[in-house]
Amino acid sequence: MDAIFLQVLNGLDKGGAYALIALGLTLVFGTLGVVNFAHGALFMLGAFCAVTLNNVFNISYERISETEKDFLGNPLKEQVPILQDWVGPDVAAFLIDWSVPLSIILAVIAMAIIGVAMERGLIKHFYKRPHADQILVTFGLAIVLQEIIRHYFGANPIPQPAPDAFSGAANVGALVGLGSNVIYPWWRLVYFLFSAMVIFGVFAFLRFTTFGMVVRAGMQDRETVGLLGINIERRFTIVFGLAAVVAGMAGAMYTPILPPDYHMGMNFLVLSFVVVVVGGMGSLEGAVLAGFLLGILQSFASMTEVKAILPGIDQIIIYLVAVIVLLTLPRGLMGRRGIAED
Amino acid sequence: MLRTLSRSDWLLMAIFTAIVVTLPWTMQPIGAAYPDLLQKFAIYGIFAIGFNILFGLTGYLSFGHAAFLGVGSYAAVWSFKLLTMNVLPALAFSVLIAGVFAFLIGYVSLRRSGIYFSILTLAFAQMSYNLAYSVLTPITNGETGLQTRAIRQSAEISLRDGDIRIIDQALGIQEFGVPITNLFGMKMSGYPGFYFCAVMLIVCFFVALCISRSNFGMMLKAIKSNQNRLNYTGIHTRPYLIAAFVISGMYAGLAGSLLAITDPIAGAERMQWTASGEVVLMTILGGVGTLVGPVLGAGLIKYAEQKVSSWNEGILNSAFSFLPDGAQAFFVELFSFFVGEGWHLTLGFMFMVIVIFLPGGLMEGFRRIGRAFNRARRSEGGRTTVAANTPAQERG
Amino acid sequence: MSVVELTNSDAAGRGFTSGIPDKVLHIDDVHKSFAGLHALSDVDLDVRQGETHAIIGPNGAGKSTLLNVCVGRIKPDRGAVIFDGDTLTGKSPHEINQLGVARVFQTPEVFLDLTVLENVMVPALSKRDGHFKLNPFSAIAGETSIRNEAEEVIVNVGLKNHVHAVASSLSRGDKRRLELAMGLIQRPKLLLLDEPTAGMARHDTNATIDLLKQIKEGGMTKVIIEHDMHVVFSLADRITVLAGGRIIAQGSPEEIKNNPKVKEAYLGEEQV
Repeated sequence: MDAIFLQVLNGLDKGGAYALIALGLTLVFGTLGVVNFAHGALFMLGAFCAVTLNNVFNISYERISETEKDFLGNPLKEQVPILQDWVGPDVAAFLIDWSVPLSIILAVIAMAIIGVAMERGLIKHFYKRPHADQILVTFGLAIVLQEIIRHYFGANPIPQPAPDAFSGAANVGALVGLGSNVIYPWWRLVYFLFSAMVIFGVFAFLRFTTFGMVVRAGMQDRETVGLLGINIERRFTIVFGLAAVVAGMAGAMYTPILPPDYHMGMNFLVLSFVVVVVGGMGSLEGAVLAGFLLGILQSFASMTEVKAILPGIDQIIIYLVAVIVLLTLPRGLMGRRGIAED
Repeated sequence: MLRTLSRSDWLLMAIFTAIVVTLPWTMQPIGAAYPDLLQKFAIYGIFAIGFNILFGLTGYLSFGHAAFLGVGSYAAVWSFKLLTMNVLPALAFSVLIAGVFAFLIGYVSLRRSGIYFSILTLAFAQMSYNLAYSVLTPITNGETGLQTRAIRQSAEISLRDGDIRIIDQALGIQEFGVPITNLFGMKMSGYPGFYFCAVMLIVCFFVALCISRSNFGMMLKAIKSNQNRLNYTGIHTRPYLIAAFVISGMYAGLAGSLLAITDPIAGAERMQWTASGEVVLMTILGGVGTLVGPVLGAGLIKYAEQKVSSWNEGILNSAFSFLPDGAQAFFVELFSFFVGEGWHLTLGFMFMVIVIFLPGGLMEGFRRIGRAFNRARRSEGGRTTVAANTPAQERG
Repeated sequence: MSVVELTNSDAAGRGFTSGIPDKVLHIDDVHKSFAGLHALSDVDLDVRQGETHAIIGPNGAGKSTLLNVCVGRIKPDRGAVIFDGDTLTGKSPHEINQLGVARVFQTPEVFLDLTVLENVMVPALSKRDGHFKLNPFSAIAGETSIRNEAEEVIVNVGLKNHVHAVASSLSRGDKRRLELAMGLIQRPKLLLLDEPTAGMARHDTNATIDLLKQIKEGGMTKVIIEHDMHVVFSLADRITVLAGGRIIAQGSPEEIKNNPKVKEAYLGEEQV
């Protein structure tokens, strides 16, 4: 029982990331009709927003220490973050400690700008082109984005610490009365809650605002909404920006779980596409459901007991599920008729 | 078939053969006339021709074609390890295995079309790649890669670390030092290796030419044009698609085995999605659906990869040395993004530029230039020649 | 070369030898509803050997649905379509075509990237080679007899000057001629025509009527869905009138003209 509960928990944070990326992919595909292979790169860019903020907070200068001396009594040099001189040592330490959560702000701003620029500059010219062209051009863009990141940040993963307050592990078992065997890192719990909040926010936005209603109507029937004389173009831009922001936040918050490197985006993209397809192309609920489902499934497949019976299953479980779902339920778990059916 | 190929097709074959055979001389001025690179031209040319049989003729965009390349390489190395260092069994074995593998994947993936097909093939390729690194290590030797070794002395040594080469042993062929691939004793490295690949390329090109001029090829083009209508015309499109997928997978398997023949090591990185993306780029760069385009694209990309990734700031500095200092520094800084390690960035940009501005690829570009040139000549009042516009060549 | 020779002589003889002169196509109690809306209810229809059978009715009467049921695009909720002894319901489009049912589409669905000649050769090859033949080494250039046949049909539908043109370059009217050629080359036992003259100029309409009349003399069985009463009454041997998914009348053109129910449901509103 404890083991099962732990695996479910294990799947939730990864599932949250899948769900957030898949949500954006679906939103863009459903409204704009564009297959965006660069969406994983947006997730990666978000992660590097966190890295950037951390680096910025840590920009330091060197000075001779007043207190520390080496064993001969000579004063030592020390690195002092510039930040410390501006806001004082306590606040600076706090900011550096909390750089990952704070980077959400940076990610929102940066990704909104990048998303809008991308849509205006590139994607909008591809609305009428075949899906194959959309795939190819966004694939090229994904390569460009990740190579630029590699140029500046190098090829190695850059670990990002979670704030001290969340760095330990929680005894979740005791919290829910299941015995004390279920130990789970705090940050992963935070990530799950965070992704749930973002998903909730996006759904609320789509359900309760006029804008959201238009977007949902557009996903049902693009032509009619176009005929209503609504300025679709501007809304497309905003939807794309929103998807980019969601992916960026998801990436920034994920950094303490997985040290980001330049090609993390593509790995997540392939999985997220599978998630979208399993959930049903064009279904937001399906994307979220499938995201969490596949995350949990993957964590179960990684159990040693399972791997003993089916070696290698953890590597392929998601793809396997996708193949089975596509062949048995051609429209995915919650897909609707007529979406991307050539 | 031979009698029915048109005269212009035979001419195309002759020119193509002449160009391929003379590459070691014609490539000298641009510094590409060394066997390693020329072999790559031929091998990736085959890979791209095969990919184009699927994507160019039927319009089905596979994002997992590198899986077949990898499978071909592994099959060839196993043939070297188990049977003989002779390349012919390795070729046959690779093509066969890749064909079977392509049939299995194609049978499942081709139940869907459009983006679903692309994602399914991508998923299968990633699955193969992940398995090659994990569970299948006994077959693939994981991250180290599978290589040929000396004949093992005792049965306790695993097959990964010691070979048996049954046929060579039975024939009593002696080995000294590192085993070398050969064609009945002729070593398959350096220029002989290139010429072997070149012959394969020419054969593959010819087969692709025949396919594109055949009834089968016309059905594939009809699938791309309007698959739904084809069904109402009494054609069952799925077997045609599976056949095209398998043929194209066999081409990839052949290319994979040639990679192993010229350098007998096989690693899983050949199956990664980047490798699949590369062949897509080669094809669209040259021109999707054209015969010559994919080969041209493959050559260009392999050449650019070799050159651009070997450049560094020193070379850039001397290249821009004619500029004033400030401008020189600026351009060196700018271009340093794209060279050396930044080769992939260049690749990504090329990808985007081609898709945005020239979806028909270079062949389309040449055609446009040719047409503009013709129009200019005609408007000058010269005698009009319509010959440049024969439909058969237009669509070649 | 006249069109008459293009038509299917064996099909023309076959119905008679089996002793039953009629019923090439038998639509048996077909029922289809979309989301509670009855598109077709209790449709019973027989198409006799060699006749031209027109199906008419106001918009939304279920004509297109009926045609789609016949070619396997839509599965009926109940009932069956029987053609020449074979049940068509449940079969896929390519199987139905291989049995000898060809369809001419209302909006031209031609192969836009292929030439006119190739467009016509594809159905011809399908008729000869069946639904799949793996022949990557048999050249199109060697198919002289099929090519000649295709060229004749192309000339007959009036595309003489466009044999080697790419289909996407044709005008809409010419695409419809091409559609017709693609149906005719197969010499089907049953040809289904979905509004063959819709959107055509009067001159072109008359040319098409003449062409279809010529085919009729050859004995090819045809089902025509048509809006244009001029076309219907020039071609049809028998007419079925659909309204609201039900058959409200059936009979010879004379009978239909004088049927008060039809006048009320259909002809009346168009003042014919």
